[in-house]
Amino acid sequence: MANISLIPSGDFKTRYAADTTIFPTKTSRNFAILGVALLLLCPAFMDRYWLNLCIQIGYLGIAALGLNILVGFTGQISIGHAAFFGFGAFSSAWLSNSFGIPVALAIPLAGVMTTGVGMLFGIPAARLKGLYLAIATLAAQYILQDFFSRADWFTGGTAGTIAEPFTLFGYAFDTDESFFYVVLVYVVVMYILATNLMRSRDGRALVAVRDHYLSAEIMGINLTKYRTMSFGISSFYAGIGGALYAHYLQFVSVEGFTILFSIQFLGMIIIGGLGSIMGSLMGTAFMVLLPEVMQAITTALSGTAIDAALNLREAIAFLREMAIGLVIILFLVFEPDGLAHRWKQIKAYWKLYPFSH
Amino acid sequence: MSGAPVASPRGYAHPADATRAASPSDTIFEARGVSLRFGGVQALTDVGFSIRKGELFSIIGPNGAGKTSMVNCISGRYRPTDGKVFFKGKDITGMTPNHRASLGIGRTFQNLALFGHMTVLDNIMVGRHHLLKNNFFTGSLYWLTGARKEELAHRREVEEIIDFLEIQHVRKATAGTLSYGLRKRVELARAIALKPDLILLDEPMAGMNLEEKEDMARYIVDLNEEFGMTVVMIEHDMGVVMDISHRVIVLEFGKKIAEGTPEEVLADPRVKRAYLGEDDEEDEAVAPPPKQEVA
Repeated sequence: MANISLIPSGDFKTRYAADTTIFPTKTSRNFAILGVALLLLCPAFMDRYWLNLCIQIGYLGIAALGLNILVGFTGQISIGHAAFFGFGAFSSAWLSNSFGIPVALAIPLAGVMTTGVGMLFGIPAARLKGLYLAIATLAAQYILQDFFSRADWFTGGTAGTIAEPFTLFGYAFDTDESFFYVVLVYVVVMYILATNLMRSRDGRALVAVRDHYLSAEIMGINLTKYRTMSFGISSFYAGIGGALYAHYLQFVSVEGFTILFSIQFLGMIIIGGLGSIMGSLMGTAFMVLLPEVMQAITTALSGTAIDAALNLREAIAFLREMAIGLVIILFLVFEPDGLAHRWKQIKAYWKLYPFSH
Repeated sequence: MSGAPVASPRGYAHPADATRAASPSDTIFEARGVSLRFGGVQALTDVGFSIRKGELFSIIGPNGAGKTSMVNCISGRYRPTDGKVFFKGKDITGMTPNHRASLGIGRTFQNLALFGHMTVLDNIMVGRHHLLKNNFFTGSLYWLTGARKEELAHRREVEEIIDFLEIQHVRKATAGTLSYGLRKRVELARAIALKPDLILLDEPMAGMNLEEKEDMARYIVDLNEEFGMTVVMIEHDMGVVMDISHRVIVLEFGKKIAEGTPEEVLADPRVKRAYLGEDDEEDEAVAPPPKQEVA
């Protein structure tokens, strides 16, 4: 079952180029294009509330993808991802506020700045593994958080900082409807870049370092370089995600980027599937939408006996947190490979029906 | 050892045999007085030998004799406590393993060391690492930077290796799900993909059945003769070692006790005593020959 091939029989690849495409079949590619096209129509019929959720999924999904490259593909660990996300947010706001750099340019530049910081904190990763590395990244989390609240010139201190809206050719993307497109473009581009990375030399090297670092070294892979680089790439994605967040809310406050947020990022990629690109997005969507689903359930239950027994109206806040915790535990037990794996199995079931293999 | 060409055990002369009157420039690898200590354990003591270009060279010895330690000193896993190792005339004693890979040293491991979650194809492509030029940036932009073209060119070469080792049917399989014999073959493929001049095989036939052993022996001989790689092999199956090696060294308790053609080594009384086993009474009758006093 490990290698379900969903290539229809008779669909032979006659060139290596045809065998290394992102999508295994034409149908799957067309469906992906159709999906993006449908998303383009979203602002026309979705209300603000749902658009806001979609935008959240977008920028968090980019940052989660970065963490997945680090944790899922390279086998490192980081519990300071939210701090890098925050650093990206502040950098982009700082670049556009202090230097008048257009926001469209400030976002990638913020990504580059965050890459530098990430690689700095990634240096211990060359020597440390597992729990020890986790503690080292915890230090990154607290150092950066402290930096945010003290560096008034950079973050505006405890008062926070405003961020300019995203502007392109004089048009300001300052509404949910318009910013949706900005995030969508970034998500598509970043996910394609990551997919390409993982099917080329350095992506393979990262996975090799994860799977067997001793033989990776014998294969000519410089472990120090790739472990540090992985932190850099991961921070780049976090920085881009953070910058989008800043220009969406148009305000960044120092409080948001706590360790809890970092752990939430870890939750996203574990639920989505470690070492899966699309899994990162699925996991993010899951984490963002789960509270909404819980809300919907409570609304549906209001007035029933269960509502009376649990006193939902007042207990909803912690019940929701507990439910999220429970779902994560259930995921770890029953689907350790995440939503991406479940999705593959559903596709296989659909393709192979009525047979099971 | 005499400089006269020695007929290969396979019955035809090998290029390496013809150049037996080796000049120093024919030496691809040399170990000089290599010693390796782990705390109080002396794994290797003053081992010296040289490997000629195009040779199929075996290291044998009882368990714990230091064979794998020696190979680890060549590939860079361990750094000798004393002594030096030279590759193509260059001192590589202090070089990291990844640097040595780009110089042209490849190896397989005694215990399987594949990248378990990658496909067979990706495993072998990792072997091309030092030959590929694209990086995280050009790789991410794939179509725009020529990375695609480069990847495909290397894919073609990797496919040749896949054809050679007859693993076409599993190329898209996850390496961790394969059977033992296939995994060993994939590991060999990955080492070949490095395009090494010197390939180190640590027990390539351990745990294989007769048929798999025969296949593997054929691949190793082909590697040596068709691909022109210098092969260093550690192997316990004496039949295979004696059949395909050009030269053999024998280690015992970290010391080199014999060196020469398979026939010479087999005939050596110290080898018989140390490795192949001989009765105690016979041992006493044999005095160590003076020519075995190695430096």
